[in-house]
Amino acid sequence: MTIEVRNLVKKFGSFAALDGVDLKVNDGELLALLGPSGSGKTTLLRIIAGLDWPDSGEVAFNGEDALTQGARERHVGFVFQHYALFRHMTVFENVAFGLRVQPRSIRKDEATIRARVKELLDLVQLDWLADRYPSQLSGGQRQRIALARALAIEPRILLLDEPFGALDAKVRKELRKWLRSLHHEINVTSIFVTHDQEEALEVANRVVVMDKGKIEQIGSPDDVYETPATAFVHSFIGESIELPVQVADGVVRLGDRPLRLAVDGLAPGASRLFVRRHDMLVGPPGSGAFEGAVQHVRNFGPVQRAEVALSGGQTIEIDAPRGRELRAGDTVGLEPRRYRIFAG
Amino acid sequence: MGLTLSWLSVIILIPLAGLFLKSLELSPEQFWNILSSRRTLNALRVSFGLAFAAACVNLVMGSIIVWALVRYRFPGRKLFDAIVDVPFALPTAVAGVALTSLFAEKGWLGAPLAALGIKVAFTPLGIFVAMIFIGIPFVVRTVQPVLQDLEIELEEASGSLGASRWQTITRVILPSLAPALLTGLALAFARAVGEYGSVIFIAGNLPNVSEIAPLLIVIRLSEFRYADATAIAVIMLVVSFVIIFAVNRLQRWAQNRVPVH
Amino acid sequence: MTMQIADSGSLTSPDAKARAHALAARDNLRTEPRAVRIVIIALAMLFLSVFVVLPLVVVFAQALSKGIFAYFAALSDPEALSAIKLTLVVAAISVGLNLVFGLVAAWAIAKFDFPGKTFLITLIDLPFSVSPVISGLVFVLLFGAQGYFGGWLRDHDIQILFAVPGIALATTFVTFPFVARALIPLMQEQGTQEEEAAISLGASGLQTFFRVTLPNIKWGVLYGVLLCNARAMGEFGAVSVVSGHIRGETNTMPLLVEILYNEYQFVAAFAIASLLAMLALITLIAKTILERHLDEGQDVNDH
Repeated sequence: MTIEVRNLVKKFGSFAALDGVDLKVNDGELLALLGPSGSGKTTLLRIIAGLDWPDSGEVAFNGEDALTQGARERHVGFVFQHYALFRHMTVFENVAFGLRVQPRSIRKDEATIRARVKELLDLVQLDWLADRYPSQLSGGQRQRIALARALAIEPRILLLDEPFGALDAKVRKELRKWLRSLHHEINVTSIFVTHDQEEALEVANRVVVMDKGKIEQIGSPDDVYETPATAFVHSFIGESIELPVQVADGVVRLGDRPLRLAVDGLAPGASRLFVRRHDMLVGPPGSGAFEGAVQHVRNFGPVQRAEVALSGGQTIEIDAPRGRELRAGDTVGLEPRRYRIFAG
Repeated sequence: MGLTLSWLSVIILIPLAGLFLKSLELSPEQFWNILSSRRTLNALRVSFGLAFAAACVNLVMGSIIVWALVRYRFPGRKLFDAIVDVPFALPTAVAGVALTSLFAEKGWLGAPLAALGIKVAFTPLGIFVAMIFIGIPFVVRTVQPVLQDLEIELEEASGSLGASRWQTITRVILPSLAPALLTGLALAFARAVGEYGSVIFIAGNLPNVSEIAPLLIVIRLSEFRYADATAIAVIMLVVSFVIIFAVNRLQRWAQNRVPVH
Repeated sequence: MTMQIADSGSLTSPDAKARAHALAARDNLRTEPRAVRIVIIALAMLFLSVFVVLPLVVVFAQALSKGIFAYFAALSDPEALSAIKLTLVVAAISVGLNLVFGLVAAWAIAKFDFPGKTFLITLIDLPFSVSPVISGLVFVLLFGAQGYFGGWLRDHDIQILFAVPGIALATTFVTFPFVARALIPLMQEQGTQEEEAAISLGASGLQTFFRVTLPNIKWGVLYGVLLCNARAMGEFGAVSVVSGHIRGETNTMPLLVEILYNEYQFVAAFAIASLLAMLALITLIAKTILERHLDEGQDVNDH
């Protein structure tokens, strides 16, 4: 199933949750919607599910208009952030719910329903919990039951809202791997929402980065990390050094100090320079585009994190490999191995 | 601490102990004779039967009121929300005379009903009406907070799994409210069984027909038949205890949502 | 959950039809069709109007049915004045007693653990679930002529039953739960940390109570007192059993309503009733205001 979203706009009062969003989701892919809270990612997910409706724009499943259908008719599996399990039903009945509420004409007989639920509980590896109530489960177990329940209706699309948001760090990591392998197994077009970049980069085939109701970048995890399309993406994903610079007459300046950096194709004016912390190479004084004095050094396993006061007055943090040890008081030259400059 | 306990026992335990002591002065046969007399049985039947019927009406109408107050926006909603508490706050004697005047044959509602051949005041139907009046806040105020706190995601989940609105209401919402509904039912029932002030004016108080158990206690007292009064009171108290106990169990069960084994 | 219907003018094109269907589909998920909503709202309003609003209106309509002069004449009757006075005295006594002991009971239950605590909490609720007539009956059994203390009281010439002390006692019993009930959850939520801090800073027990505990629960205390007072002034069943109905002496306002009503003095009965109804309305308004204060207090604790 492919999903196509065109020029979607959704306002809550004067706040634009979605401000002209276009997106194409390929059949069978696992897509992450990544962004800070309020970026519109959950709104987009809910509109695709039929739980919310856009003010304008289109949503199509396999080329067919989906906005003429309610959530009931869309056959979309939705996993809620807080699971929304029915507390008065056992795990078994929760998973069976979608099968039991089918119209009588297509409803399966009890034996088929039982077999199907058993199969799904096996799939999420929790068949031994069938008779428990949701209140007796751990967070990770509830998450998996919610997923099994959503899968019971054989959804055309699987949507997950912050699937790991309410879990502790260790369970999160386990479930990430598990979700990826599950997706591999069932191969349903899936979209999940997250504000955790690590989660998006590790689990998804493709990542959509959103901010303020707009899509900032769509790309593979490598793309968005290695070649961020906008200043927002660069600062939101990965640890970045950000410096205000001026581009004029083919020269980039930090304050009044010209930097020996290429300016090909850059518009003149106030700009922002982004460098990954680990892309700042340390050399002897005078060796790089920047010069500064080391203030502080801390070791984190294989890297040493140094706070460096640049000669222009700004303080930045860099990650340098261990080996050539830095010490507070050293004067160093810094050369960005890779960098990006964005206007504005 | 010690003071608290002794105060509590003075104000609550000693009077109740007195009641049970008094009933112990009766032999089992005497006790049985009082309870099995036609007038007592009928009074208990009227009180318990009508109280249960009224509580059931309150359960249905209370649910409808809660649904309207919580889920819909309409002009006057806040006012109606506040009005629900009136039966709590209005002194029972005032409610009694007001309801009687309203449903009497020449009253605002009594007259049109009489034209239809329905007599309310001074019949068991009047008792029923008064019991509905005093019971309604119990159901509304017990269920309202639970419906308010019910996550909207449950309904969205149900809908996205293919359930119709009706299936969502009957299979998801109502079962989630069931403990609160039952608690409200029990509270409204307990209140209606013991109710005196708002009922006696409209009841007619015809022995064996429209005489409620609390009134029979008062009558026996005025006849200085203390033993009779005590026996009826003890039976009513025991039932109240059972109801409180059931409500407590129900609430604990609702908190855990674990089946009671 | 606003009521929404599709603009009927645009329903002609197939595209608009599909949109209208989508609108209906959206509403289907979380709310009911418009017709169902209107029926439910109408049922709720009708029920509350018939069973709650109309009785309230009838009280005032009947009280004023012979004009404003008859109304005030009824209220200034000596019997009425003595009933009002007695009601105020009894309410003052039982509110005072229950304030003190409600505070102490709530303090003990909320801040200490002891065996039988759950039983104690159930006990506090008991007067709520006992018929008021039975509450009155137990005092007759204790203090009546044939009661357990009846003989002793007669020997010492103390009149409890059919006199003000009996009425006050029965009222206190019936209204016992209000203050304690309002305070227990409040005090439990606040815990003991602030008190411990105060004591560690050198405050005495009483200082701690008046400077730390009381300010924290003042809205809860007011709430309990308000409801306790309303019930104390309006109590009928229990008081009816113990009062003896001595005119001008042991008749409270609710009892006088009954007597006047049974004597077909409807204007006078409803005039007194209208005072009690006003008390109920004022109580409800004050309760709404206090609940807002209590909610605010909770919000502060939440964050």
